[in-house]
Amino acid sequence: MKVLILTVLTLCVLGGLLAIVLYFVARKFKVEEDPRIDDVEKMLPGANCGGCGFAGCRAMAEALVKQDDISSLYCPVGGADVMKGAASYLGKAAPEKGPEVATVRCGGVCSKRPKTNSFDGAKSCAVASSLYVGESACSFGCLGYGDCVEVCQFGAIKVNPETGIAEVDPDKCTACGACVKACPKGLIELRKKWPKDRAVYVACRSKDKGAVVMKACKAGCIGCGKCEKVCPFGAITVENNLAFIDSQKCKLCRKCVNECPTGAIKLVGMEPLPKEPKTPAAKPAEKSDAKTETKE
Amino acid sequence: MKTFPIGGIHPSDNKQWSKAKAIEVLDLPDQVTIPLAQHIGAPATAKVAKGDKVLTGQLIGEASSFMSANIHSPISGTVASVDMLPNGQGLRQQMITIKREGDEWVDTIDRSEELKRECGLSSKEIIAKIKDAGVVGMGGATFPTHVKLSIPDGCKAEILIINGVECEPYLTSDYRTMLELGERMLVGVEILMKAVGVDRAVIGVENNKPDAIAHLRELIAKGGYRGIEVMPLQLRYPQGGEKQLIAAVTGRQVPPPPALPIHVGAVVCNASTTVAVYEAVQKNKPLIERVVTVTGKQIAEPRNLLTRMGTPVEKLIERAGGLPDTDVKVLNGGPMMGRAMVNLSSPVTKGCSGLTVISGDEASRGEASACIKCGKCVSACPMGLEPYLISKMSRKKLWDAAEDHNVTDCIECGCCSYSCPANIPLLDYIRLGKQTVMGIIRARAAKK
Repeated sequence: MKVLILTVLTLCVLGGLLAIVLYFVARKFKVEEDPRIDDVEKMLPGANCGGCGFAGCRAMAEALVKQDDISSLYCPVGGADVMKGAASYLGKAAPEKGPEVATVRCGGVCSKRPKTNSFDGAKSCAVASSLYVGESACSFGCLGYGDCVEVCQFGAIKVNPETGIAEVDPDKCTACGACVKACPKGLIELRKKWPKDRAVYVACRSKDKGAVVMKACKAGCIGCGKCEKVCPFGAITVENNLAFIDSQKCKLCRKCVNECPTGAIKLVGMEPLPKEPKTPAAKPAEKSDAKTETKE
Repeated sequence: MKTFPIGGIHPSDNKQWSKAKAIEVLDLPDQVTIPLAQHIGAPATAKVAKGDKVLTGQLIGEASSFMSANIHSPISGTVASVDMLPNGQGLRQQMITIKREGDEWVDTIDRSEELKRECGLSSKEIIAKIKDAGVVGMGGATFPTHVKLSIPDGCKAEILIINGVECEPYLTSDYRTMLELGERMLVGVEILMKAVGVDRAVIGVENNKPDAIAHLRELIAKGGYRGIEVMPLQLRYPQGGEKQLIAAVTGRQVPPPPALPIHVGAVVCNASTTVAVYEAVQKNKPLIERVVTVTGKQIAEPRNLLTRMGTPVEKLIERAGGLPDTDVKVLNGGPMMGRAMVNLSSPVTKGCSGLTVISGDEASRGEASACIKCGKCVSACPMGLEPYLISKMSRKKLWDAAEDHNVTDCIECGCCSYSCPANIPLLDYIRLGKQTVMGIIRARAAKK
């Protein structure tokens, strides 16, 4: 019994002494940290996805507090609301940026892009693209092994087994940009997010000449430039046999959709414009094509 | 009998299909496409434009840096285009297309068959001639030969090793070359010995080619070639790897990169390349043709064909009886290191030692299952790496860790994938890791 009491007493005294030492050490070597960092961190979503370019939300919070000009910082997951909140708390100007969504720019579904061989290696886009052209003749298209699916922390991207192409769920997508970096073909782009997930974009990245594209895939952009001519907002540019619609300039007027001879321009969440009467012969077939595309 | 110290496997050599077939000359193609990048290093710069007339052996692509190689026209005719065309893997690269008109050679090239043994040139002149002729390693790695022969300051070559191993299953182009063009090869060896300043050369040949060993020994004795020795090596893949061959012949280990074989005093040159060196130096003939083995169980008449560069691959397969109607895999090279082809209209290049056709069933790898850490890949790795580990690191994008575990030492021989009982595509990920880490290292060096 005596031993027991003695032990407890010794430990108590020792504990007390060390606590005092620790107290003074903590006082002496205290690291001064801006308390606002903790507050800002709490405002951020806490996904630690790295979409802002920093290692995590803590690093982003530090940058927000330390930098005077925060116009270059943006949390894609939290969006404008979070940025506004953090900026007003810190008394700085909030960066202006609208919501964005990841978009897979390939329309080469199985029916349009015939398979020319079968790949038996590691099921990874990075591996396949470092080895060869892929299972179709198009060297720019989606490989469908899902490197983007693997990196998405929000379960927002899936490879559709019917089309063999990755598809983004706009409701879940936070535009963190992880998939953009993961795609070895550079097919994924962050585009302006319209209400009701409306979108018009060129679902092709092929820089091959028209004839080569046609051989490999029936849904590819052949760089004919018809869309560029018809666009009233100058949002479309054709470079290296490939059309690109700038999502910041596009007003979703849909004029280009009907012009496209291969249906490479995809329309999502809207009905196409009624066909114009001046070229009645060729148009109807294309339009029905465009419609089925939209459903897919 | 000698061999390399660690790792290695024993795949069945399957050389029976084309082994007994003498080298035949393939008819000249009507059109050739010649890639400007047929070697490791910077692509050559095109020296011709559309509409130009060219002669056989004329320079059409010039080496763009030290680590590059010249390219010559393999036929005479008119340049049809200089354009991006798909290669065997379907990826586009710069190629020169030439339409054939007759077969008119550049007049400085000596086309006689007779053997020219005397060579009065100095080491520097020999290397310059080899560089002009665009000779690169013809075993598959396509390393520019003049770079290999240019001994860096502070190093000294002690031994020349001629790689007649041909450890890759199926392929017989080096074997046929040694049997039929043995004398030219031996003169080539003498020239190379002079070029690098050594008095000893060893021709390494695996013991599954006893007739080649006997034939070369006979030629050496008959012709009085001094300092050249034929060394039979125990059958084992990948003995033809440069570092493995050096270890087998000299017992010395080449340190990890950036060290080169010359740091252990060895210069290695492939058997077919040695013949090309002979032709370049003695006959002024650039590297415009090579022996290509077309083989496989699926091929009706396997052959060894002397082919002009740039000939479409399908022409060779046609000559060998064509492809069967069933699903097959066509490999540029052998089954271990060859690259699967998706485009058979792509051309034969300097590094194409063979075309192997295997059936879809044979090619199928089977479903991969989990790694049970049996360690077979570790025992098989001839570089002493841990394939299961670096493969996993590459898969998880842990590039720093992969670099620490020497992923860049991998020679991509495929022993790990071959020996894995769980069918894990180990090499696929290791190769990806190696490429990425090399890129990181280059970027780091560029920053400094």
